[in-house]
Amino acid sequence: MMEAKPKKEPLIHITKRDVMPLWKAILVRVIAIAIALAVSAGLVVILTQKNPLEIFSAMFNGSFGTPRKILNMLQDVAMLLCIALAVTPAFRMKFWNIGAEGQVLMGALASAALMYFLGGSGLPNGVLIPMMFIGSLAVGMIWAVIPAIFKAIWNTNETLFTLMMNYVAMQIIQICIASWATSGSGVMGVINLNTKLGWLPDLFGQKYILNIIFVALLTVFVFIYMKYSKQGYEIAVVGESENTARYIGINVKKVIIRTMLISGAMCGFAGFLLVSGASHTITKDLAGGMGFTAIMVSWLAKFNPAIMVGTSFLLVFLDKGASSIAMECRLNESVGEIITGIIIFFIIGCEFFIRYKINFRSSGKEAAK
Amino acid sequence: MKRIIAIIVAIIAVFAFAACGPTEKHDVKIGVICLHDENSTYDANFINAIKAVQKSLGLSDSQVIIRTNVDESIDCYNAAAEMVDAGCNIVFADSFGHEDFMIQAAQEFPNVQFCHATGTKAKTAGLSNFHNAFASIYEGRYLAGIAAGMKLNEMIESGKITADQAKIGYVGAWPYAEVKSGYTSFFLGARSVCQSATMKVVFTMSWFDIAKEKESAEKLINDGCVLISQHADSEGAPKACEKAGVPNIAYNIDTGDLGPNTAIISSKIDWEPYFKLIIDAVANGTAIPTDYCGDFSTGSVALTELHENVAAAGTKAAIEAAKAKLISGEIKVFDTSKFTVEGKTLTEYIADVIDNGDYVPETNVIHDGYFDESNAKDFRSAPYFDLTIDGITVEQ
Repeated sequence: MMEAKPKKEPLIHITKRDVMPLWKAILVRVIAIAIALAVSAGLVVILTQKNPLEIFSAMFNGSFGTPRKILNMLQDVAMLLCIALAVTPAFRMKFWNIGAEGQVLMGALASAALMYFLGGSGLPNGVLIPMMFIGSLAVGMIWAVIPAIFKAIWNTNETLFTLMMNYVAMQIIQICIASWATSGSGVMGVINLNTKLGWLPDLFGQKYILNIIFVALLTVFVFIYMKYSKQGYEIAVVGESENTARYIGINVKKVIIRTMLISGAMCGFAGFLLVSGASHTITKDLAGGMGFTAIMVSWLAKFNPAIMVGTSFLLVFLDKGASSIAMECRLNESVGEIITGIIIFFIIGCEFFIRYKINFRSSGKEAAK
Repeated sequence: MKRIIAIIVAIIAVFAFAACGPTEKHDVKIGVICLHDENSTYDANFINAIKAVQKSLGLSDSQVIIRTNVDESIDCYNAAAEMVDAGCNIVFADSFGHEDFMIQAAQEFPNVQFCHATGTKAKTAGLSNFHNAFASIYEGRYLAGIAAGMKLNEMIESGKITADQAKIGYVGAWPYAEVKSGYTSFFLGARSVCQSATMKVVFTMSWFDIAKEKESAEKLINDGCVLISQHADSEGAPKACEKAGVPNIAYNIDTGDLGPNTAIISSKIDWEPYFKLIIDAVANGTAIPTDYCGDFSTGSVALTELHENVAAAGTKAAIEAAKAKLISGEIKVFDTSKFTVEGKTLTEYIADVIDNGDYVPETNVIHDGYFDESNAKDFRSAPYFDLTIDGITVEQ
């Protein structure tokens, strides 16, 4: 006959922590990055027999190797940050807008179309660039508000709706390119290459400086808007509970639509900066997936615009590092991407240990006490 | 004492002169920008060529920098500018859509040579440091087409198919001259030995899309195509052919490992001669041609190994014979008596040779009974044959 054993405590159980002190939280993150680097280094040695220090130095050079690389890195950070800022109000409201890619592309298309059609019209940059700015914002807003209206009125699923709008945007761009550049490999080419009409001017003889300044200003604006404005507060309340919002007299539909208009305008702005301040062309890959990466940037920063500066820098740094490893060490870019994956895995993983505590089953001795 | 000093000076001088001898190349640094990485057959062809040239010229790794996965966007300009900062005196880019960004960089860095493969704007950009290059690959395609035609004949003779079923399938990337010229010359080669051959073309609208290229090849096979070729850069089509047991003729690299039982041969542009030419030019301070078109004589047009286990008997001899005739000028690939467009023989064709960005054709490229393709001297190196000839159907 079996004797009934006393029910044992499980070996491991997980409890939610009280708030961890800041120094400890920072320490956990630093340790996580250190372990991530050690694991990547080990993997690099096993896979390539190369000195991991050489690989990490190549990774660092990708963003900081020369003044130009620093500038290019800041431009990429600015663009990613701009889109992350754009998706933030909607996510704060728990409106899962994964259509930033399409909203940016449509904004970019508006700028590109104006450059293309008005490039030969004799309009000076002082008129053309403001037109492109307004056009991009307006089109970005339209692309964002469509799913918002459907959500507010018919409660459609915004995740699917915004996702599908991305593909519609890409197809519209393909159609436009096919009709503007009637031959070739689906590439528009640089618009107004010789006249530079519709191009944001260089500042201090450098490209991208204006982009970086604009996005810095936008970061401050979004920070203040989210934290100190009445509308920012309404967004937070709707995000916490729609019923509470209704109870205290917030018009939820209005907040949803208004917030998506703001999100869309910022995405359109990102599109404008990409076309007027950087690429001067339009392709369906112009946003390069940043509309999706931006969600991670915003999420990792817990929707705080100040922290987003850091998270977008981290992702751009890793990305540039990956391609620099490929170039300097003559390895396939995949090696860099594996390292990026490992580092992101540890960074996201450590957030778990900051929020939760793992308790092991206490030993018999302690139990007897 | 004096004697010792004299000896030391002499030894130093000998070493110094020895070091000065063949070392002008030590000052050359070349940056190569690729749209994809080695997984793309197209980019692998460039990467292999520059590595081979690096080895044969004895250049160090720091003199040859290769940047892969560079989009046809501002990324290309940024990559080029970073290469200039790193001390490159030549920057090369491999994809059609890189061109405008290379021009943008060339405008900014007049002391650096920018060379661009497959491009069309060197003659109109008005820059002394921007150059285009291509090869008369239509001749290589024609020879690969002969291998296809021989295989079709073998299938007809063995009773596997009837003469009417000799249908070739072709997976193309983008519907413009570079691809159209490629498949037309391939088809003309096939039809020069197999009169009843026809061809069906589908486009993937992408340079590199494994799934789409595989699906397109499968679709063509289901449509009754008994031989497949492609101008799209992934392993998709060769692998689909191997799975279905349908012979395949590839482009850019030997695909014998992807299709041990189906790969016949590949035509390719060998970029080694051009890389050598531009490195030598910069080392010696001579000019790089504005527009360069390599051919058989420069070693730029090549065929990879013929896989005799798959190819029809006699293919090698037939290719050699046709090659000799192409070199001597006895036959022309685009001989206007050998093809018709909508039932008519062409006597004139106005093509968009001068690229002003307007897509307006302006130059007659037919003379002396043939379409004069990739004539860098009078026209340009990048292809401009963009007609659909009878016998080829294009699925839109």
